[in-house]
Amino acid sequence: MDFLVFQYPMITIQACLDGLLLGILFALIAYGMALQWGVMNIINIAQGDLVILGGYIAYFMYLYGIHPAWGVIVSPIIMYFVGIAIYKLVINKVVDRDLFISILATFGISILFMQLMNFAFGADVVLANSGYGTTMLFDNNVVLPNSKIFSAFISIVFAICLVVYMKRSKLGRAIRATAQNARAAKILGVDTEKVYAATFGINAALCGVAGALISITFTIHPYMGLPYTIRSFMIVIVAGLGNLPGVAMSGMGLGIFEEFADYILGTEFRIGSVFLLLVLILVYRRFKLSRKREYLK
Amino acid sequence: MNKNSWILYIGILVFGLVAPFIFPAFKVQLSILCVLIVLATTWNIQGGEMGYNTFGNILFYGLGMYLCASVQVGMFFPLAEWTESGGEKTFVHTPSQFFQGMAAGLVVAAVVPTIVAGLIGYAILGLRGHYFAICTLGLGVAAGEISGGIEIIGAGQGFTTPPFPNIGGLEARGEFFYFLSFGALVLTFIAVRAIYTTRFRLILNAIRDNEDKAEAMGIETMKYKITGWMISAFFCGLAGGIMGGLVGYIDSTDVAFDGREMGVFMVLMAILGGKGTLWGPIIGATLFHFFKEGFWTFFLGWQYVALGVLIVVIVIYFPEGLMGWLREKYPERFGEVIDEADRKAQVELK
Repeated sequence: MDFLVFQYPMITIQACLDGLLLGILFALIAYGMALQWGVMNIINIAQGDLVILGGYIAYFMYLYGIHPAWGVIVSPIIMYFVGIAIYKLVINKVVDRDLFISILATFGISILFMQLMNFAFGADVVLANSGYGTTMLFDNNVVLPNSKIFSAFISIVFAICLVVYMKRSKLGRAIRATAQNARAAKILGVDTEKVYAATFGINAALCGVAGALISITFTIHPYMGLPYTIRSFMIVIVAGLGNLPGVAMSGMGLGIFEEFADYILGTEFRIGSVFLLLVLILVYRRFKLSRKREYLK
Repeated sequence: MNKNSWILYIGILVFGLVAPFIFPAFKVQLSILCVLIVLATTWNIQGGEMGYNTFGNILFYGLGMYLCASVQVGMFFPLAEWTESGGEKTFVHTPSQFFQGMAAGLVVAAVVPTIVAGLIGYAILGLRGHYFAICTLGLGVAAGEISGGIEIIGAGQGFTTPPFPNIGGLEARGEFFYFLSFGALVLTFIAVRAIYTTRFRLILNAIRDNEDKAEAMGIETMKYKITGWMISAFFCGLAGGIMGGLVGYIDSTDVAFDGREMGVFMVLMAILGGKGTLWGPIIGATLFHFFKEGFWTFFLGWQYVALGVLIVVIVIYFPEGLMGWLREKYPERFGEVIDEADRKAQVELK
């Protein structure tokens, strides 16, 4: 343990900025999770693995000499179809069932993806180098890689596009109607099956964007998926379903928390602290609700 | 209990006692099977009887594993130096030290997780449904990540448990661990069976079916939920301690808090056999162990792919498990009386 954070204010600023940029990325993944959770009432444990898969698409483009930033366009398109395929094969059979069934089924998908990616891409930690350089702030005391700024910017652009799409387009309206009341939407002529498939596809595409951005900003590894799932789950339960500003805020909060945990506790406890924070948040909410004799459900 | 079931129990007991001598090559496999059955049976107390689908029982399993090995080493040698030497033979347990350490270790491995379950139970078991599932998943992974950062129990490089003393070689080692795990299995079975004949099981089922109503009927549900969890933790810890000695090497995320393997296995085994029955998890664990060993042998390298597919298939097409399927097919065998007219009416309604 070292408390450099408190002795040097520059490190605090560095951690805050890093955390903010990271948090925006988390918020994008969490938005996808909130979308499918709200519409289909499914918790997708494979969310993080979809992110990593999206990252590998960008990484492969990098390997073949294409600039990985184009992955931001290509990866969501491929991931959209991957999402549709997963929906058709598995998810449509668990939509109306017990939530635990969907958790377990997606857990199975997660294990499957992890291992397939391990076979296809190898178990090395990889990074697609974007060559964007760095920005120095405050007399070169704070170092910000431009790729992080780029990824935060792209995440915001995609989030805004999606919000507008949800508000304006016909499919967006159908998705929102299904989220409110699937049965009523069905009666009024919405093909809920199609809406579900599209929702899952959009979610996977968002994961693809986030993955491509993660592959140029951080590192990817086949087994790194679960922490992203847990992070997005945490962001969603803190913010609540369908609360977009909340998702963005709690995403950034989580990013900053992680950076500080990294500095104070050490890198080896970083993931552990994320999972512990999830437990603490849930327990906190449980005690808060139990005062009113309610419970999380 | 009627005469037939006595014959069945005694038959299984005798088979269990002679099994390592009939199949001497499979002693380790049989020991692992016993541990798997213990885990599936105790998971069933939560997931099947109480309706609290937990991924967190792996926490007690891993805790028991680390505790048993730490006590076994720490009773005679400095623990920090042991883990630092990374399993080199600088410290050697004499046979009596080994067995004393193991006995003390197993007691600690069973008791401490029980206490931990009691302490965190009030906070965690207040959550319901999928919040509980994800929370316990987080708990298991957090425990793995955090124990992977603690130096004294080996951190990232792992913890080598004391090797079996040099008496009787591999044969004796296999028999020792087999009878240990079989003993744990018998103990678990007797305890769980005893629990399932009491009012306690009915209360757990009431919690599963409708917790609010159970509470309204004057049952202090939290008390029973915590007790149920503590019972699970006791046997999970015990199983973990035995498994640690059997594997001989403890790693934080790959052996002890292995949410990706053991943590899912116990859920899957109970579901495969049939949740909420006494025999379901036992049959499920046995079947699953055969499946798994088949995968591990024939699809070497592809076993996790096969496992992922297996999970999806079981969960989607077979959620009631084997016992549930049998119950639907032969309801008379399970003591259910069917009113033929009523059944027909229901079919027509469908």
